[in-house]
Amino acid sequence: MPELNLTGAPAHIRHGSNIGQPLTRRDGVLKVTGQATYAADNHPPGMLFAVIAVSSIAHGRVVSLDVAAAKRHPGVVDVMTPDHKPQLAIDPEIKTNPFVFRMEALQSNEVRYANQPIAVVIADTLEAATEGAVLLAPRYETLPPLVGLDAGASFVPPVVGVGNPTENHLGDVEAGLASADKQIDATYETPPQYHNAMEPHAIVVQWDGDRLSVDMPTQGLVLSLARIAELFGIAHDKIHIRSPFLGGGFGSKGLMGGPPVLGIMAAKLVGRPIKLVLRREQMYGPVGHRAPTRQRLRIGADGEGRLTALDHHARTVSSTFDDFYEPAADASHTLYAAPAIRTSHDAVRVNTGTPLFMRAPGEATGSIALESAIDEMAWACGMDPLAFRLKNYAEVEPITGKPFSSKALRACYDQGAARFGWAKRSLQPRQMRDDAGLLVGWGMGTATFPALMFQAEARAAIRRDGSGVMEIGAHDMGQGAWTALAQIAADAVGLDIDRVTFKAGTSDLPDAGIAGGSAHTATAGAAIHSAGAAVIAKLADLATGDERSPLFGAGNAGVIARDGRLIRRDDESRGESYAEILARAGVAEVEARGTGAPNPAAMEEYAMHAHGAVFAEVKVDPELGQIRVSRMVGAFAAGRIVNPHLVKSQLFGGMIWGMSFALHEQAITDRRSGRIMNADLGEYHVPVNADVPPLDVITVEEHDPHVNALGIKGVGEIGITGSAGAVANAVWHATGVRVRRFPIRIEDLLTQS
Amino acid sequence: MKQFDYVRPATVAEAVAAAAQPGAVYLAAGTNLLDLMKGGVSRPDRLVDVTHLDGLDRIETLADGSLRIGALVSNADLAHDANFAKSYPAVAEALLSGASAQLRNAATVGGNLLQRTRCAYFYDPASRCNKREAGSGCDAKDGENRGHAVLGWSESCIATHPSDFCVPLVALDAIVEIEGKGGRREIALDELHRLPGDSPDRESALKAGDLIVAVRLPPAARGFATHARYLKVRDRTSYAFAVVSAAAALRIENGKVAEARIALGGVAAKPWRARAAEDVLRGVAPTADAFQEAAWRALTDAKPSGDNAFKIELARRIVVRALTLAAAGTPARLPALPASPFASTSGAIHA
Amino acid sequence: MNHSISLTVNGARRDFVLDDPRVTLLDLLRERLHLTGTKKGCDRGQCGACTILVDGKRINSCLALAISHDGADILTIEGVARGDQLHPVQAAFIAHDGFQCGFCTPGQIMSAIGMMQEAQAGNDPERIRECMSGNLCRCGAYAGIVDAVLDAQGQMDETSQRHSA
Repeated sequence: MPELNLTGAPAHIRHGSNIGQPLTRRDGVLKVTGQATYAADNHPPGMLFAVIAVSSIAHGRVVSLDVAAAKRHPGVVDVMTPDHKPQLAIDPEIKTNPFVFRMEALQSNEVRYANQPIAVVIADTLEAATEGAVLLAPRYETLPPLVGLDAGASFVPPVVGVGNPTENHLGDVEAGLASADKQIDATYETPPQYHNAMEPHAIVVQWDGDRLSVDMPTQGLVLSLARIAELFGIAHDKIHIRSPFLGGGFGSKGLMGGPPVLGIMAAKLVGRPIKLVLRREQMYGPVGHRAPTRQRLRIGADGEGRLTALDHHARTVSSTFDDFYEPAADASHTLYAAPAIRTSHDAVRVNTGTPLFMRAPGEATGSIALESAIDEMAWACGMDPLAFRLKNYAEVEPITGKPFSSKALRACYDQGAARFGWAKRSLQPRQMRDDAGLLVGWGMGTATFPALMFQAEARAAIRRDGSGVMEIGAHDMGQGAWTALAQIAADAVGLDIDRVTFKAGTSDLPDAGIAGGSAHTATAGAAIHSAGAAVIAKLADLATGDERSPLFGAGNAGVIARDGRLIRRDDESRGESYAEILARAGVAEVEARGTGAPNPAAMEEYAMHAHGAVFAEVKVDPELGQIRVSRMVGAFAAGRIVNPHLVKSQLFGGMIWGMSFALHEQAITDRRSGRIMNADLGEYHVPVNADVPPLDVITVEEHDPHVNALGIKGVGEIGITGSAGAVANAVWHATGVRVRRFPIRIEDLLTQS
Repeated sequence: MKQFDYVRPATVAEAVAAAAQPGAVYLAAGTNLLDLMKGGVSRPDRLVDVTHLDGLDRIETLADGSLRIGALVSNADLAHDANFAKSYPAVAEALLSGASAQLRNAATVGGNLLQRTRCAYFYDPASRCNKREAGSGCDAKDGENRGHAVLGWSESCIATHPSDFCVPLVALDAIVEIEGKGGRREIALDELHRLPGDSPDRESALKAGDLIVAVRLPPAARGFATHARYLKVRDRTSYAFAVVSAAAALRIENGKVAEARIALGGVAAKPWRARAAEDVLRGVAPTADAFQEAAWRALTDAKPSGDNAFKIELARRIVVRALTLAAAGTPARLPALPASPFASTSGAIHA
Repeated sequence: MNHSISLTVNGARRDFVLDDPRVTLLDLLRERLHLTGTKKGCDRGQCGACTILVDGKRINSCLALAISHDGADILTIEGVARGDQLHPVQAAFIAHDGFQCGFCTPGQIMSAIGMMQEAQAGNDPERIRECMSGNLCRCGAYAGIVDAVLDAQGQMDETSQRHSA
């Protein structure tokens, strides 16, 4: 693949440090001209097309497949089935580590969920492979499926999310509730949701002997590589994955699922390169989703509106064969200063593809319930929702008692409310109308997301010509890694961004960790920062140890890197360029590696979270019940902002996801068959352009010396939290109708007019 | 997609002959047909491509004042035809509230009339569906049927017709011109779509080989131009099928309704003309009370077919609103959000 | 049965033999002509990622049979820029961050260009939102898209005024 040709930003907007500058995307020209290469855009010579056939039942087994009919179709080359497939080196049912999920790789004829892959048809053309998959006409032995939140006996899972305790306690919740002047006890339901990145999951595979070359979108190059290596029994260095651009991920491209494995198997079976792309409807099963929840919140408050207790229980589902539990109740750990808090989860198993991380897993589902309940409690206390939240502002993290590493939430409330004009809000619902007579409602929600760090490594080099190189296997799913990480890299090596070759997106580069948990910029950025510091230190060693250098004797601590030169800290007029240092030393380049990792000591001492406040205005037709969001203001404090231009876009995107959570998206499961009846983009509604009003984002200044070396908290997920509740609360304020089942539908609002 | 023969006839007569064969279907833009073929809902053996036929893409005013719209005129071209939009504003508004700009650029007038239901069980070959496969049963009846019919349905089928365009057309007494094996004939649009009864697979009055060549609006249809609206309630602001919609057109003389036209969309297997409701309004003042009574009359026979009782109440309210908007007068320019309750030029929503 | 068809793609006439009438314009462009800028998001006319201009009008290329468009003039994202000179809509999408992941972007840009030619929306943001609603963006770049369209519209209006003055 040709090296990416990224654009520089216009020079006039860049001065001083690269970090903090609103550069436009360096991959911008590639993306607006159609030259950005996504996985399915590759066509190795001799390539065949593979199309998956999926199950149309949710539980049972495949009794027969008409392989002969498929093979009779002109152009069909082979049909991969449980009886005809390359053997894997290990059983895909074995969980070799907590980040391995069970997948369907045709290991049996058992069907565990609808849309499960049951065969793969390989053909000369996409048309032939597609029709071949239809001609398989599977026959099934159908068993009754488990469907919905009451599918069977519930149980308490050992952990929720990624290793979170299932239950947490602080103080005596029952006593707190008993002593309360006001109580609410409300149950909220959230539906199954599907990531629906615009780019369907895809893989292009080429085997060359025992070497494997793969184009596929992944949020975790190294995890994917390790999974492929163990499944196919080949060494890591025999595998090369390219993932320069993801057409969106949102969690669904984080961990290796079955479909790409089937593509690799198919290529092995036929000995030719293969392209396998999921059809949109096939993304509603084998590639994860957000599990449905039913959440009961019991909240008490005293006569002055202070919380006395907060009890948050979440019921969720996992698949019948693997474990992922949406940690919804954990949303109640950090935001409101209740003296007694209990969070707990239970679950049932259903015939579904295993749920997975989806943008703000746990936080998003928990947030809409918690923020609705807090709003209900404020109303019960006769208080303005913002005043109520301020009254219960957490000065330390409630569940742990730890101080926050930084928390500018009060400023978010202040600035967001001022920009929105919140002070003019009526306390009573159904008081406001616009000129056309539409009901107008204002709602708010508090946003929060943990500031996480994973593990990453980067390699930095300074070359003879004075230019820099930064290598890290980072992932750009749209958040802007090609730009933001390059900005960090440029600062790390003291060069203008155009003087740094930034390499990312392939598996042969140092491990950048996973692009998830809103932690990629922080984690990869910390590794880049550290690699840059290390390479500059090596360069400084060369100079300060050489008596011919003007820096001789300055010592590492006494030298700074700026604009391609090292200069003495105590006398900035004395210095020399990188090129001069390397030329004199007769070295082609110096290189160094650096790592980014969480700081256990800081984590022990501090609670680390980003925060925000979202204010929403909705309009509702008083008789017809149709809802439209008319404006939103979000104020977020997320530590250091590397690129305000990109951060604004990510926060907008999160806010739109929040609106979508409250008003639009849900998978509709037939309760008898367990099949999803709107597995498409026509009836699984995500917001269209006309749904999205003018949005306003404020990034609140926040300096955090504890989260990581760069003070970055991450913005990928926080936007959805708070926003969903803000919209739901605005609907209540507009109509006086409290809807506790999401998304809010027209019929929910037809009760009065 | 099943393999098929592709035929491109040179004349309408050739087309009719080619399409009369078992397993043959007409291909116009294909915006619905290809979707159905990709989903395995429709598996034709032969596609008869009528898009290259001459003379079917014209909009003409006839000597008697009728308007004749060729079956291959695109939805967008029709809606954006200035004279058309001025004379039949509710039809233009309905067209522009349907699908997306891309689909409207491709989709044809004839194809719009014949688009198939969006019932999820019809669209899903693994489900039982009497419409898709006669006698197989109806999985929608006890299934996820929030969006299904409240009028004219049967135990065999509770699907709805998804067209926006057809709703004002049926209100305006549109006529469909058909070329068939026996030559040309015409029927009222109201008679084109059939209610399901016990044979929901027979969706229209068309016979094998019949080709819709034009839709005609009679001279009287122009008489409503100053008081005609289409209103469509959706689950998102745009690019969504109607939960329920209504077209209302009034001819107001001396402060009284001389004639009213009302039709509903999204409620039945056909665009639903509400003649009894129209009768209520004849000769009375256009007041809120009269509109309420008309709305009640329009839904007298409605009953839920599942989890959709709300659609009956919603339909009543939409009829009232559509009448209210029509009485207030057709706006000079189509609203930014056609047919939406949030249309910025819809004016006050209380009469 | 083989069918000979000819298309003009981004200004160049292409004659070829289609061995399968099932091939859509989208799959023809992507898999046979290797013009992969046009994206497949849903293949069912529900997302707009495959938007191209056919005879000057934006359509979903996933729901168009190639064979039925024999003789058509097709413009895809690859044919929009003039060498290194971006189309004003392309430049405006970069300036206003009208995308994140970029997957829907070719369709958005083709749709925006088609919309401007339709001249129904003008510079009214509400009409632009409605007229661009056939293009889903899951990243949620809609605000940037509307700003980009307004900006490009303004630039093109200015240019045409200069030319007509």
